[in-house]
Amino acid sequence: MAEQQHVLIYDRIDGNRRNTFVLLTLFVLLLAGLSILIGLALGLPYPLAPLFIVPFLIFAVISYYSGSNIALGISGAKEVSKEGERELVRTVENLCIGAGLPMPKVYVIEDGSPNAFATGRDPDHAAVVVTRGLLQKLEKIELEGVLAHELSHIGNYDIRVMTIVVVLVGLTALMADFMLRLTFFGAGRRSGNRGKSGGGAVAIIYAVALLGAILTPIAAQAIRFAVSRQREYLADASAALLTRSPEGLARALEKIAADPDPLEVANKATAHLYINNPLREHKSFLNNLFSTHPPIEERVRLLRAM
Amino acid sequence: MLALTIILLVLLGVVVLAGLVLLGIYNGLVRSRVRAREAWSGIDVQLKRRASLIPNLVETVKGYAAHEKQVLENVTRARAMLEQAGGAAQAAQADNVLTGALRSLFAVSENYPQLRANENFLALQQELSDVEEKIAFARQFYNRNVMQFNTRIQVFPSVIIANMFNFERFDFFEAEETAREDVPVSFTPSG
Repeated sequence: MAEQQHVLIYDRIDGNRRNTFVLLTLFVLLLAGLSILIGLALGLPYPLAPLFIVPFLIFAVISYYSGSNIALGISGAKEVSKEGERELVRTVENLCIGAGLPMPKVYVIEDGSPNAFATGRDPDHAAVVVTRGLLQKLEKIELEGVLAHELSHIGNYDIRVMTIVVVLVGLTALMADFMLRLTFFGAGRRSGNRGKSGGGAVAIIYAVALLGAILTPIAAQAIRFAVSRQREYLADASAALLTRSPEGLARALEKIAADPDPLEVANKATAHLYINNPLREHKSFLNNLFSTHPPIEERVRLLRAM
Repeated sequence: MLALTIILLVLLGVVVLAGLVLLGIYNGLVRSRVRAREAWSGIDVQLKRRASLIPNLVETVKGYAAHEKQVLENVTRARAMLEQAGGAAQAAQADNVLTGALRSLFAVSENYPQLRANENFLALQQELSDVEEKIAFARQFYNRNVMQFNTRIQVFPSVIIANMFNFERFDFFEAEETAREDVPVSFTPSG
């Protein structure tokens, strides 16, 4: 059960804001370090080296603002109205009232595998997406659990945190890759042009750059998975609190995990998104593929213990 | 002379610091109170919606079961009670009475197949059950906010500020236990 102080959505938002700040600081340091290394390896004078981060940051900002639209577009989700999906929209409405959230847009994907995700950078730009399979296979109380879990991601600003993390992880990988190529192809030519005195320093810079290029993406991934798992547990706990029935979500998780339906379409779509635009993947309810989610048995066990 | 200046400066520092802490606590309390009020308006909206559906329902039922006077009267009276209620505790009580009265009304309606087939009646019934669910969720959100606010104004050190500025406790919006359960539908008119 969540601690007393974290019962209200406002406290969780505050907590998440702090986390976001710490995360951002960590990543900016990481990225700044990398860009300085790249700059130095390229032979730029020191004050100019950090500027190397600018094009990468532009890429990051674009990803951040367009991420949710791309995710919705690729997944083939259709927005539904209250008339069309009365039960679904009503349940979302009720849960939003219970959580003190504005009403998000509701989408359905015509796919038989039970799955759901939430997207959008803040509660005012949020969307909840469920598959047809989820609506067909889950009982009302189970669907309520799943929707409460997704809405908790929205309410806790998890999507923002995870979007930032994922974009930054991508950035780190991109820069590290760039640097690897640089050290590989650039080393011989450049050291040949320099005098004897510069040779040692350049070699050291390359060595450090190489090490950084290998280690930073790993560190970034580690941060990302740690954050993501923690967010999942928190969303489960919030969902249990909101629906007052941990059992609903627990049963839904078991059903989703045990679903025999071939998930070809959804999985391929997810995998594809993961590489090109991972913004969708971290909210995907059916998980374990990328271990951004804790194991389902563990989540069910914790829910049942609440 | 220098010693005196230092002492004065330290004192001034302490006073300023204490003032800032008090200001922070005060702001926290105000924020918490605003949230509780906001959460209350979430319930209020649904209660108003519920009350506004009643006259239409009563008229519809009258058309088919005019002699169920007692049941209809109970519903009308509960609605009036709800509209006049001041504060969360009273509103909760009136709402619970209305829930009970509506239950009997819908139970009685089972005896009138023509009424059960009336589209308007069915739509109203659906709408009312939707409102009831929403009230339950809004109540949950409100009570959680109230619990936090009430705790804040009772614990040290914020209790001092709360007393200084007359922060008053909010009433919880309490549902009767039975309100969450389904009442078995009776086929004998209770009125």
